[in-house]
Amino acid sequence: MADPATFADAAMPYMDALYGAAMRMTRNRADAEDLVQETYLRAYRGYGRFEEGTNLRAWLYRILTNTYINGYRARQRRPVESELDDVEDRYLYKRLGSLSAATAGTSAEDQLMDVLTEAEVKRAVDALPERFRLPVLLADVEGFSYKEIAEFTDVPIGTVMSRLHRGRKALQRSLWDFAVARGLVEPTEPVT
Amino acid sequence: MNDDRCETALAELYSYLDRELTEELRVEVEGHLRLCSSCLEQFDFEMEIRRIVADRCRERCPEELRARVAAALRACAEESGR
Repeated sequence: MADPATFADAAMPYMDALYGAAMRMTRNRADAEDLVQETYLRAYRGYGRFEEGTNLRAWLYRILTNTYINGYRARQRRPVESELDDVEDRYLYKRLGSLSAATAGTSAEDQLMDVLTEAEVKRAVDALPERFRLPVLLADVEGFSYKEIAEFTDVPIGTVMSRLHRGRKALQRSLWDFAVARGLVEPTEPVT
Repeated sequence: MNDDRCETALAELYSYLDRELTEELRVEVEGHLRLCSSCLEQFDFEMEIRRIVADRCRERCPEELRARVAAALRACAEESGR
């Protein structure tokens, strides 16, 4: 059993990371701050049940995700979740891959991604409907496994995989749309 | 270039990047990537996009939140110590 006296030392280093995830979940600073605080208090109270030597980071993210789903999600006023258009696989590569051959030296993704700002990338992630945003965040930003994401979000693993797949495609399309809107790339048809 | 092996590798692209492939499939995909520069380029591309998205999504938590949480934890500890 983990000793509560050691909780703060063990858990506080994860606060930047948890706050980042909370921002992508709630999409506003006030809720993200409350969510992080509540997560820490819950984790502290439950710390006796945490098995020392197991993954504290994963345990904290599980509590964060749970607290968000059970509390904040219900409270946030949002429009009805939209469906995602079906987007083709490897959306960006099919539009950018051909450019890298044309401009020797620098790869196309470097060119595009260097100029997309932090704000634009965050907006593209935030624009995903929640059931796609959570798995994309937990997998692509935080690096959790399908199994962990299934446990955190209480969704079957097959559903996690299909939402991840669709969420990633939609994210790539958003990034592409930002680039087109900024005039960084010409709207082009995919190269297959 | 665009043969069955490419198709298999590209079908497993995300599972590979997610480190969710069985050992056997992982070895097969990596074997193909050593031989096929076109697939390797696509795998690198996706990996790079992901790295950049993760990187751009980092946040630094506000200092007052850090202090607020630390104080709340101390209050909890004192309460249970009493």
